[in-house]
Formats: sequence, structure tokens, C-alpha cells
Amino acid sequence: MACIRGERPVFSGVSFSLDPGGALALVGPNGAGKSSLLRILCGLLRPAGGTLAWDGAAVDEDWAAHRQRLHYVGHLDAVKPTLTVAENLDDWARFRGAARAAIDALQALGIENLADVPGRFLSAGQRRRLSLARLVATPAPLWLLDEPTVTLDAESAARVATMIAAHRADGGMVIVATHGEIALDGANRLDLGVHGVPADMLLADQEAKPEDDAW
Amino acid sequence: MATRATRRGRAGWTSIHFFANPARFLRVARAVYPWAAGATAGLIVAGLVLGLYVAPPDYQQGDAYRIIFVHVPAAWMSLFVYVVIALCSAASLIWRHPLADLVAKSSAPVGAVFTFITLLSGSLWGQPMWGTWWVWDARLTSMLVLFFLYLGYIALHAAFDDPAKGARVAAVLALVGVVNVPIVKFSVDWWNTLHQPATISKIDAPSIDSSMVAPLLLMAAGFMAYYLTVLIPRVRAEIASRRIRNLRLAQVSR
Amino acid sequence: MVGVFLRLVGRELTLALRGSIGTLMTVVFFVIAVTLFPLGVGPELGLLSRIAPGAVWVAALLAALLSLDRLFVADHEDGSLEQLMLGTLPLELVVLAKTVAHWLTTGLPLAVAAPVLALLLNMSVDGLVILVVSLLLGTPILSLIGAVGAALTVGLRRGSALIALLVLPLYVPVLIFGVGAVEGAVLDVGVHANLSILAGGLVGAVVLGPLAAAAALRMTVE
Repeated sequence: MACIRGERPVFSGVSFSLDPGGALALVGPNGAGKSSLLRILCGLLRPAGGTLAWDGAAVDEDWAAHRQRLHYVGHLDAVKPTLTVAENLDDWARFRGAARAAIDALQALGIENLADVPGRFLSAGQRRRLSLARLVATPAPLWLLDEPTVTLDAESAARVATMIAAHRADGGMVIVATHGEIALDGANRLDLGVHGVPADMLLADQEAKPEDDAW
Repeated sequence: MATRATRRGRAGWTSIHFFANPARFLRVARAVYPWAAGATAGLIVAGLVLGLYVAPPDYQQGDAYRIIFVHVPAAWMSLFVYVVIALCSAASLIWRHPLADLVAKSSAPVGAVFTFITLLSGSLWGQPMWGTWWVWDARLTSMLVLFFLYLGYIALHAAFDDPAKGARVAAVLALVGVVNVPIVKFSVDWWNTLHQPATISKIDAPSIDSSMVAPLLLMAAGFMAYYLTVLIPRVRAEIASRRIRNLRLAQVSR
Repeated sequence: MVGVFLRLVGRELTLALRGSIGTLMTVVFFVIAVTLFPLGVGPELGLLSRIAPGAVWVAALLAALLSLDRLFVADHEDGSLEQLMLGTLPLELVVLAKTVAHWLTTGLPLAVAAPVLALLLNMSVDGLVILVVSLLLGTPILSLIGAVGAALTVGLRRGSALIALLVLPLYVPVLIFGVGAVEGAVLDVGVHANLSILAGGLVGAVVLGPLAAAAALRMTVE
């Protein structure tokens, strides 16, 4: 799989697979393409080449089904300042087709006491926890998390680690972009550092698209 | 259950990219360019001579009508170029045809200038005809709206830092615009009949004589050749600038 | 799916009502813009009643433009837009839901306020009724076309100025047929043709607008 972001080839020759209960830690320096890869995996960004498959079937054939089986938590928390914590969470559950958000979602992140507080009064860490509560509010087998613990205190980060462990114990999968702040037992590591891509892979990728050489 | 991502070339695209190969385009363009330039000069000179000296003066408008030899072909070209942009936009969205993007982008300022010439010549014509520099004639008004559409397209194209993204987004606008051009035309005609008493004759080629048709067609062909003549270097410059960007990017990423 | 759609419309309305004075601002702008016309051309009643249909419609058109730049940008900035794109509702319907909410908070209040303003411009009662009808048919088209412009400029630093340039030329037909209907009523020469064309335009815009806006959003949100 290759990615071109803002005309810049960010990475190429990336290949991985993940089994139920598995976890993948995306590591690499800033700009290596961790966020871009996550956005490709959830369909917000189109890859410059390569395929994405689920159970052997190409995801291209049915993006709607693919979106249903994933949760994506990016850098932005999607919290509306004028809606309360409970309303924010409930909306996202409904937009995913659920009747309502699971009651224990706020508890899992220790913000159940904030349920009636409008989003504008939340701190950055609380907003992030609300954003992560979406993961529990509606079930989805694949979690795509972009530096999920970056604004969290140690206690909340531990809660997230517990959530991920429970999710994996249920057969869920997690792909986390991280600088190593979060503990993932037995996770595979995918280093997207520019120097981690073998030179022959870069060349091979270019040969695969000769039309670009003409430019 | 497994999430898997594998690397694969863009094999499916090559058949379409075959026609979009810039090297091929450059070869053809290099061969066509001198002919297009020569045709432009020849056709326009012939058209002007026939139009300004050979064709008889109009019995009502005198010599003033001769501006149609510029006005009418320019109006045709402004519509033609907009359609070219829309077709190229469709090609670029559907087949991701990279050359189509460049042709669309390069055409827009040329089309805008044709539209401006149409407006200017129409306005100049208004002075001897009706004693005013601007008449809210249906065609001129449609052309004015078309001019705004061109400006919007050019501005949207330029607003994006990433030219590839700008091209895709502007392509959507071009398609929305081309759907609207006939609607605008229809509405402006409607508006005009509502408001204008029938006393003012429209900017029509008045009682066309065959001696007027020949220069008109010559000028139209000349304008078309001119479009090609300016389009080719513009597209070549775009290709060159894409190449420079890619070289710079390659430098950064190594 | 209908439930999700209505939920999204409701959410947008809640946000608009709780959020800011943006909704109110549209109507206030409309009122002030219309009152500028008598100040500009003079208070002569005959002249005012002649320009009334056009003046009210132009002011409404500009007022509808005012809030467009926030249509997608607010959701884009806080990450809601990408979550909506990952939800069950197809993006075309997301666009339609947000457009419906936009119309309910801008176009509808404009249509309600318009007759009062038209009275200030000495419009006849026949004209008032058709003015409201034409605004009810025309302003949704403005919102739908506006959504396309807003989607095209999401993520741009100076998007709001660009929206006006992109969208206003496309508003020309709506303006012409809207004003045409009102003038037809005032002059008693028939309004059906203009209103039918507006209604047809509305149907076309409901079908094509969300398609184009969704296509644009997929490109601008990456």
C-alpha cells in the first residue's frame, strides 16, 4: 500500500495483516504517515495504490459495511460545545445506527458525573475521554485510534489500556498510532519511519507506475 | 477475520493513462504548434480583410456592424471553451485523466478572456447603436454571468495549495456550472422579454449577406486556431511545473 | 435511515438554536438591507413599489449567503464531519439533512419576515402572498446551491469570500424567476409560469445539489 499526501509520497510498500484479538502499533517519527494510514483504513483518504481487504474481500466493494465495523478516533474530538456530554455521545451512537449509547460508556472513562455538562466546559482531557467513550457506546470490531492518550492523565490512560485489553479479549482488533505512551501487550509494531521502508521497495513501487516517471 | 493491506501497482489505470501520457502529448503538441500558429495568423488576417474591406456596409448600421466579426466568434469561443473545461473535468473525475486536468486549468483564463472580449465588443457596439456603453441585452447579460463563472472556477483552482486537489474540486464546480449555463441563459432570456419593450433590437447579425458569412466563419476558425495556439504552451508549462514539483518532492523524500 | 436523517436535522436545529445569534443575524441583516433601499433611492412610493420585488429578493439572497460559510466548516473544524462521513447515513443524505436545517434557520425566517418588509416598500397585498410563496420555493434552492459552494471551499482559509463568488452567479435564475413571480402578481399578468419553474428548479436542486456537494466533500475532507 502506498500513500501520497499533499503530493508527497508519505509511505509505500506497507503491508500488514491483523487477526481477531490482535493489535497493531503504528510507530514512526512525525510525518511518517501514521495518521494518513489510519485515515486510509477507515476510508476518509484514498490510497495512491494498494488494496485493503477484510476476511479476504476487498473493502472497495462495500465501504458502507466497512464503516459499520470500525471506530475511528482521530485528533479531533467531534464534541459540540453546546450539547451536553450525554447528548454528544447519544448522537454519535445514533448516527451509527444504534438505538442509544450504552450506559456504561461514560463510566468506562470515568466521566459519568459529567453527563449533563455542556461540551464547552470540558477540559481537553475530558473531551478526549468523551471522544473515546464512543468506542464503548456502540460495538465495532475494529478500533482505529490516533494517539488516543495524548492529552490524558496517567489514570485515564490506564483506563484506555484496560478498555483496549477488554476489547481484544472479546476478539476485537485495535490499530493505534502512538509514540509509545500506551501499553499494548503482544502488539505487532509497524514502523512507518521513512528509513524503515527498504530502498528496493521504493524503487519497485515506482516501477509499478511508469506514467509518473513521465511527469 | 483479518484486516490486510497489500502493495500493488496501479495496473488497472495503465490502459487509460496510455492516452494521457504526457510524453505522447508533448510530441503531438510540438508537431501541431507551428501549424496552429500559422493558421491563426492566416485565418484572422483573411477574415479581417474580408470583413473590414470586402464585405459591404450594413444599410442600417453602416460600418459599425463590423464588430460582429470579433464579437460573435468570441462569444462562440467563450461557450466552446467552457464546454471543453466541463468535458475535461468529467474525464478527470471519471478516469482520473491527468492531462484533462491540465487542459481544463489552462483553458480557463483563455475562455475568460474570450468572454471579456465578447463583453467589451458588445459594449463598444452599444455606443453607436443605442448611444450607451452598456445595454442589459439578454445575450450580453448571459455572457456577464458566464464571465463570473469563469472567475469563480479560476479562483477556486488557485485557492488550493495542492494543485491536484484543486483540480479535482474545480472539476466538480465546472460540472455544476455547465449544468447551470443553459438554465442561466433561459432565465436571462425570460427576464429580458419581461422587462424589455420590443423597440430595442438585439445584437443580431442583421440581415446576413453571404459576403458577411465568409469573414465570420474565417474569424471563428481563426479564433479556434488561436485557442489551440495559446493552449499548447500553457499545457506544456503546466507539465513542466508538475515535473519540477515532483523532482523537488523526490528530493525531500529521499 | 429516516430516523437517523431526522435525528441529524434535529441536532443541527438544536445547535443553531443553542449556539449563537447566527440565525437571528440573518433576519436582522435582511431587515437592514431592505431598509437601505428607500434610503438609497429616495422615499417616493411609486418608485419603491416598483423596485420592491427585486429589492426584497436581492436582500433575501444576500442574507441566505451570509451563514453558508459555517455550513460544513464548523463540523470540519471539530471533527464532526469526518465522524458523520463514517456513520450509517450516506453522505448525500448528511448533506441534505444539514441543508434542510440550514433552510429552516435561514430561508424560512426570511420568508416569514419578507411581507412586513415588502409593506415598508409599498408592495400590494397580491404581491405579498406571492412573495412569500416564491421565497418558500426559492430559498431552499439557494440553500442547496449554497451547500455545493460551501462543500467546495471546506478547508480553505478564506473560504467565505470565495463562496460568494462561486454561488452568486448560480443564484441568477432563482432571482429572476422569484422576482418574475412577484411582479406577475403585482401587475396581475399571471404567476404560474414563474412559480412552476421555481418548483421544477427545486426538484432538480434537491436531486443534484446533495450529489455534487457530497462529491465535493469527499475531495475537500481528506
